[in-house]
Amino acid sequence: MTTWQNNRAARDARIAAGAGLAHGKVVEAHDATRLLEAVIRPGDRVCLEGDNQKQADLLSRALLAVDLSRISDLHMVQSGVVLPEHLDLFDRGVAKRLDYAYSGPQSARIARMLFGGKIELGAVHTYLELFARYFIDLTPQVALIAAVSADREGNLYTGPNTEDTPTVVEATAFKDGIVIAQVNEIVETVPRVDIPADRVHFIVKSDKPFFVEPLFTRDPAAITEGQILTAMLAIKGIYAPYGVQRLNHGIGFSTAAIELLLPTFGERLGLKGRIATHFALNPHPALIPAIESGWVRQIHSFGSEVGMDDYIRARSDVYFTGPDGSLRSNRAFCQSAGLYACDMFIGSTLQIDLRGNSSTVTTSRIAGFGGAPNMGADARGRRHPSEPWLKAGAEADPDGAALMRRGRKLVVQIGETFGDKNVPLFVERLDALELAEKLNLELAPIMIYGDDVTHIVTEEGVANLLLCRTAQEREQAIRGVAGYTDVGRRRDHGMVAHLRERGVIRRPEDIGINPLDADRSLLAARSIKDLVRWSGGLYAPPSKFRNW
Amino acid sequence: MEDLRFQHRVRARAGGTRRSAIVGVVASGNLEVLVERILPDAECAVDIKTAAIGFGEVWTAVIGDFVERYSPGGLKFSINDGGARPDTVSLRLAQAVRLIAENGQ
Amino acid sequence: MTAPLKDITPAERARSTSFYEASARTRLELLLDAGSLIEFIGPEQREVSPHLKIFDLPEQFDDGIVVGRGRLDGSPVFAAAQEGRFMGGAFGEVHGAKLTGLLRAARQIGSIPVLILFDTGGVRLQEANAGELAIAEIMRAVMEARSAGVKVIGLIGGRSGCYGGGGLIAGCCSALAVSEPGRIAVSGPEVIETNRGVEEFDSRDRALVWRTMGGKHRRLLGAADVFADDNVQDFREAALELLGLVGPFGLDALKAEQERLADRLRRFGACSDAVDIWTTEGIAHAETVPELPADQFIALADRIGRTSRDAR
Repeated sequence: MTTWQNNRAARDARIAAGAGLAHGKVVEAHDATRLLEAVIRPGDRVCLEGDNQKQADLLSRALLAVDLSRISDLHMVQSGVVLPEHLDLFDRGVAKRLDYAYSGPQSARIARMLFGGKIELGAVHTYLELFARYFIDLTPQVALIAAVSADREGNLYTGPNTEDTPTVVEATAFKDGIVIAQVNEIVETVPRVDIPADRVHFIVKSDKPFFVEPLFTRDPAAITEGQILTAMLAIKGIYAPYGVQRLNHGIGFSTAAIELLLPTFGERLGLKGRIATHFALNPHPALIPAIESGWVRQIHSFGSEVGMDDYIRARSDVYFTGPDGSLRSNRAFCQSAGLYACDMFIGSTLQIDLRGNSSTVTTSRIAGFGGAPNMGADARGRRHPSEPWLKAGAEADPDGAALMRRGRKLVVQIGETFGDKNVPLFVERLDALELAEKLNLELAPIMIYGDDVTHIVTEEGVANLLLCRTAQEREQAIRGVAGYTDVGRRRDHGMVAHLRERGVIRRPEDIGINPLDADRSLLAARSIKDLVRWSGGLYAPPSKFRNW
Repeated sequence: MEDLRFQHRVRARAGGTRRSAIVGVVASGNLEVLVERILPDAECAVDIKTAAIGFGEVWTAVIGDFVERYSPGGLKFSINDGGARPDTVSLRLAQAVRLIAENGQ
Repeated sequence: MTAPLKDITPAERARSTSFYEASARTRLELLLDAGSLIEFIGPEQREVSPHLKIFDLPEQFDDGIVVGRGRLDGSPVFAAAQEGRFMGGAFGEVHGAKLTGLLRAARQIGSIPVLILFDTGGVRLQEANAGELAIAEIMRAVMEARSAGVKVIGLIGGRSGCYGGGGLIAGCCSALAVSEPGRIAVSGPEVIETNRGVEEFDSRDRALVWRTMGGKHRRLLGAADVFADDNVQDFREAALELLGLVGPFGLDALKAEQERLADRLRRFGACSDAVDIWTTEGIAHAETVPELPADQFIALADRIGRTSRDAR
């Protein structure tokens, strides 16, 4: 006779195996490895949270210490490969296969391990893509998650960094998987319930708070004149003419410069209320002056940022907060918001080729994708109109019938023509291709495909790729803003001049900007201390950003 | 270190009366430009000492564009470069021209 | 965007210019009366370091220090400003000689004060012997100038702080003004960590670095007499205030300084952290001192009342 509840039975057996180590759901930290040995089976799909910021670090260490005769060859499915332990698992043989999205701090080591065959790579995903697969073909059998606090029943408070947790738990708990949470403390009543207790099977109390990296803090003191110039070009050359109100900013110094120019340069242009009012964005400290000046109406966040808790709590008109007053973030929802409800993505990259394809992969580093590809992609499922979306669509297809014409999301790459150590931003061929060949990948890791990119902004000007009608025009438009890089110097000067006449390329003087005006005195805040002042003392930056 | 020297014939004399001016600082990714009004009106010279070796072609392009755009006749530019990017070089040169165009010594 | 800058008064411009961020030359131009700075051995003379070439390192035309004369509220002053971004503002042979020469000129004239805008990590590694000698010569020149009746005021608020030999020279000055981001010490954070271990001093803990060496702590200890907000106008006013405060220099002052320092050691020698010192000073909630805004902090420092005014 066919049985239809094998997975449920298996789950119950695992819970029973772990129950001996628990008082109720609570397991002591020193028993964490024994708990994992009891509930995990060789070859399991395991999500070890593993977010952009929040890390289940105690459970990572516990998993690394398991008896290899009991657990091996796990298939890790997690968005962030961030801690050294995440890769130690593969070195030790606890894990074998990996599907992930982002590996920022481990980008060099993960590249070495992929080359060395230590990791069997499924794929590098975008966030939404990986989350989607959690519900189709990469559903975890075990999820090891992190939360701030739990009550005895197992209700979890994730704190401001909710991030991936609800998505991971949803996929695991409702498909007969096991959910184990590490928490900083066990309390009588949690401040709010982010994860209901019936989805949580075990709780491990950690001896110290889980690790959170301040990833979204850019010190205004490090913003250069070049970045200020590109920011001015973006505001006056793109935000203003399209009237971009709903948007996402990638992380970087150019976008931080934009945020800090809104209350100064933007104010003088009379743009307040007309641009940059609604964001899908982490709580960037650099946006504080714009918020305080009344520019920003609403922000939904993927995660939080270290030091911003009190500020967010005090500005609940702007941020999404729970009944307890603290930020509620959610990566899956915010990514969807960025994809469908924003009219623009603007961000930086490491390499752009002649077709506008961009990548952050270099031959020795695989940083993964994170959120940029979801934000920086035209949403083909979008149906609601908006002024910037329709205007961009009309530029791309001026002869199309207005009622039948799709709009276009503005996908803007912003950067200086040369990056750190004089490495050129523009290349004939992406390093990602070389990497794909070396690793025999079926698909090169492209961060944003060229056909999604609408504008490129550099200190030399703005290239509007929507107005290009041929591949050749597109190439020359890109060369025309590529400055003194090899790509830029090999431009067809006649064609670039023609593209400028048509407004495809616009120089600073065409936009009414004198590069000599790009001065740090334009920044609404020139230091972290200035941001603290703007926040009325509510922003509490981590020690590494202080000079007081 | 690499030494480079460029000389150009230019259309017009640079504005202002100041004898000299200096902008920038020698640091990683930065440079200083000392500009002096000591050449005949139709000449311009740029002397460069740079920490980044092998970028002569890029310097040629940057200086060529700069001279074409600003026509800095009568000026000698002396550059100490800590490996600045071309866009920073262009910016400092433009700042130097603006500063020496002010009236004064 | 630049037009409004040209319309504002020099004082407004100095008020809106961060001392920490400004270049050495900009600091001097805005600190002194407008247009009064006359530079000695300026960049066009190209008195560059004779040593850096050997190490294949780039030179700077003024060797990282601007020296000259100018006016402060109408009265003549000599002034020197180190460029903290060129080799960390470190002392080399030429750099040091320019400051020594300025101090000797001041000694000869006897009545014109000297302002030193420190911004230095200490001695330049590539010309260590010449740099160390320069420090000794400058310290001697400071003391000789002061003996001749010259007031020597140190202003500290740059990104490289005032470390190494710079810290020693600062200790020889008649008086110091410091801002919150300014730091004064001899051994830098990394040096301490390297020699004594991370348990003794974690150089990456920037809050620790600043509460140990930063402007607020130096002001509370009385090592600096005036606390300036981080803008050039505030430093200008601080310099003027200090020039009015500095008393005569001689053996009595030195003895008083010795006693001041000995007393400081007696009171605070057992403290392991700046917060302990502040608590010992009777400051309630001493741990919040780093967060205090400038006006509240100045009121607090004035109340504590520690200065080196009658000593040094």
